[in-house]
Amino acid sequence: MGKLTGLLKRRGAPETHTVLVCQGTGCQSSKSDQIQAALQQEIVQLGLSDRVKVKSTGCHGFCQRGPTLIIEPDGIFYTRVKAQDVPEIARCHLDDGQIIDRLLYQHPGTLEAVSHYHDIPFYKKQQRLIMRNCGQINPEDIQDYLDTGGYQALRNVLSGMTPEQVIAEIRRSGLRGRGGAGFPTGQKWQFCRDSAAPQKFVICNADEGDPGAFMDRGIMEGDPYTILEGFTIAAYAIGASQGYIYVRAEYPLAIKRLRIALKQAREHGFVGDHILDSDFSFDVTIKEGAGAFVCGEETALMASIEGKRGMPRARPPFPAQSGLWGQPTNINNVKTLASIPVILTRGAEWYSSIGTETSKGTAVFALTGKIANSGLVEVPMGTALRQIIYDIGGGVPGGKSFKAAQTGGPSGGCLPADFLDLPVDYESLTQAGSIMGSGGLVIMDEATCMVDIARYFLSFTQHESCGKCVPCRVGTKQMLEILKDITTGKGRAGDIDLLVRLGNSIKVGSLCGLGRTAPNPALTSIRYFRDEYDAHIRDHRCPAGVCQELA
Amino acid sequence: MDAITLTIDGAAVTVRRGATVLEAAQQAGIYIPTLCSDHDLEPYGGCRLCIVEIEKMAGLPTACTTPATSGMVVRTATPAVNEARRDIVALLLADYPDDCPACTGDDRCDFHQVVAYLGLDEQPFRRLHRSIPIDSSNPFFERDLDYCIACGKCVRTCDEVVNVDAIEMASRGYTILPSAFGGKPIVQSNCISCGECVVRCPTAALMPKERRLPAQEVKTTCPYCGVGCQIYLGVSDGQVISVRGDRDNDVNRGLLCVKGRFGVAGYVNHPERLTLPLVRKDGALRETTWDEALEMVAGRLAGFGKGEVAVISSAKCTNEDNYVIQKFARTVLGTNNIDHCARL
Repeated sequence: MGKLTGLLKRRGAPETHTVLVCQGTGCQSSKSDQIQAALQQEIVQLGLSDRVKVKSTGCHGFCQRGPTLIIEPDGIFYTRVKAQDVPEIARCHLDDGQIIDRLLYQHPGTLEAVSHYHDIPFYKKQQRLIMRNCGQINPEDIQDYLDTGGYQALRNVLSGMTPEQVIAEIRRSGLRGRGGAGFPTGQKWQFCRDSAAPQKFVICNADEGDPGAFMDRGIMEGDPYTILEGFTIAAYAIGASQGYIYVRAEYPLAIKRLRIALKQAREHGFVGDHILDSDFSFDVTIKEGAGAFVCGEETALMASIEGKRGMPRARPPFPAQSGLWGQPTNINNVKTLASIPVILTRGAEWYSSIGTETSKGTAVFALTGKIANSGLVEVPMGTALRQIIYDIGGGVPGGKSFKAAQTGGPSGGCLPADFLDLPVDYESLTQAGSIMGSGGLVIMDEATCMVDIARYFLSFTQHESCGKCVPCRVGTKQMLEILKDITTGKGRAGDIDLLVRLGNSIKVGSLCGLGRTAPNPALTSIRYFRDEYDAHIRDHRCPAGVCQELA
Repeated sequence: MDAITLTIDGAAVTVRRGATVLEAAQQAGIYIPTLCSDHDLEPYGGCRLCIVEIEKMAGLPTACTTPATSGMVVRTATPAVNEARRDIVALLLADYPDDCPACTGDDRCDFHQVVAYLGLDEQPFRRLHRSIPIDSSNPFFERDLDYCIACGKCVRTCDEVVNVDAIEMASRGYTILPSAFGGKPIVQSNCISCGECVVRCPTAALMPKERRLPAQEVKTTCPYCGVGCQIYLGVSDGQVISVRGDRDNDVNRGLLCVKGRFGVAGYVNHPERLTLPLVRKDGALRETTWDEALEMVAGRLAGFGKGEVAVISSAKCTNEDNYVIQKFARTVLGTNNIDHCARL
């Protein structure tokens, strides 16, 4: 502790600092914009303007501790900063070089203050590829992105690679779709490239809607340029001249930053006609969604762009054959596209050295629920749940014990403690009855009722079902009614088997992915926590003490 | 014809390229239950009852949305398929009122036919209740959404067949229902009352206000205009009580307008309907024979010179009739004063 409060070493001239102030949605909701304004003012008053630069950044990921700021070049990390802390930060740290202990992250175990963010367990165990610039660059200044080597991948592609070579490189990298299904991205691009048509489209699916998931939002707010660069490369690879970024309207800050990034990219010749003086032309339209979860499903998403009601349709034809307005269309998730530039810059071999045999690269999770360190986490594929939850997430707070982890949002399943050592990748999670999903990771503690959780997720999917097909529309309603009965003491003998039978019927009978996965939270909680269901139905008792009618 | 051959339930079926598996089965006389498909509408895949097993395809694809391909092997009624179908129908029935006003007790009703085919012997699910006010605002049909299974046929018919778009599916999830703009009564929408949605509704959600079933049907041509739509007049006790379009006829393929569908019975049975020509004698109209009437008209017309007569023709006549009347006007009566009621 003592050494931390000591004067920082000065090398001759007074040190110059860059203060990175998080302006993600989480920190902004705790007034980080006011903190930044106050800091600017204080710096002017103290006459530090020539050696202190204040920079807005996107999300650092450690939302639990927001508002956060990092003071470079030393990487000093201040957490839970308030406006009244600003004068002290300016005077003590920026002017006198003294670290302010009370604003440092305190290790929950040792209670030791950690000054450098690289040393905080939350960051130390992460490997940030997709989010490499998030929290580092100013997401509203393309120059900052260019200074980190941004748009080098696009330059390389346009100056020396054929579309086939780009696709081959992505195939070699082993990249799989980060929207949840995990389809090989290179293969998907190839299908679309092979479809002959005068007009093709690419779509960036940024309609993130799982409860508790905010990975895509964090990336759009923190590094919209990477997404645009990857998007442009995807368009080049498949031969598309027009792209749509479908982003939910509930993300106003992400939309604002995407618009700024698009404008700047256009000014720099990265988007538009004859990109970087090549023969390749590509333009992008940002389309705001209107609040329907189902529009994250690709056929519903395309219907929505076309101005129709957002309802999925049967496949075939697949979007790669007949998509938006009947033309071949390639749809990728935000994280998939954000992976493209780094893969092409550092090479397929490097990328495929990260992860597992079948799941390459990194996975981004929004870690939420009963967890000490909520936030955005990026780890290599195959990292054990235990590492994510305990080493990075800091475990379950309040002295309570871990009960279950829910991956994949309302389409996923609840995995008990037996699965803590499960390597997180596409195959393992599917085998365990859950899914990788797009990256929601909700932690539940012993005070969570698994029946009530299943009821919550079914009420979500029922509400968000588009209503087109019977199994999803009426089936999830029935499951919800049965779960409501169980949580209010009106459960009947045989209800568990009925839920399983109905859940399986919905899975095989539904039209789209929403219905085909909607029963998962109920089915996995029955599989792993059947005794809780029994207690509710047979003994009229809620073991977690959550269901009030049974208390 | 560019044809392909596939196997359905062991039988080789040859269909035109581009046909769906459902169309192929129907052509071969193999019944596959469905509540949301219609040969006038684009494939939809909503009711999920036409799920089948197809070799080399994952899961249970819907026959209505899957294009038939050469060499495809389809099984329409395996235990897995019918088990899933029974749950789907049980879900619909758990949500359907017990007292169906449309029930004819036979397979004239699509829903009834599907239930009978699957042989449902249990209802494992919770009883659900809806209570939505009936919309009786349209003069010719009623809409009772408690019976709606949200198959979307009415909405798609209004869009794809009639091109009026008076209704759209509104809301989401369990609460999804067809609705006129702003949830207003049908009569306040741009509905043209053609009744095409009523004809296609597979349940009792859309019912004509005239619900009697005819004892017999007589095929004829709609008398309302020159299009020549082919219709079946439903007759009971010597009275026309219903009209239905002839789907096998090339002129209208079963489609009718509001007049043809809902207007014929009214005027055929009307007490003031003229069934004989009238002539005025001694200041009063009285019935007469066609010979006397035509003779009288011909005699009067002979008394006028060229250009002194005007002729007005009718949209109820065919194009051929109208051609002849203008020919008669110009060459026999010697007048160019010829017009048509559709211009008025």
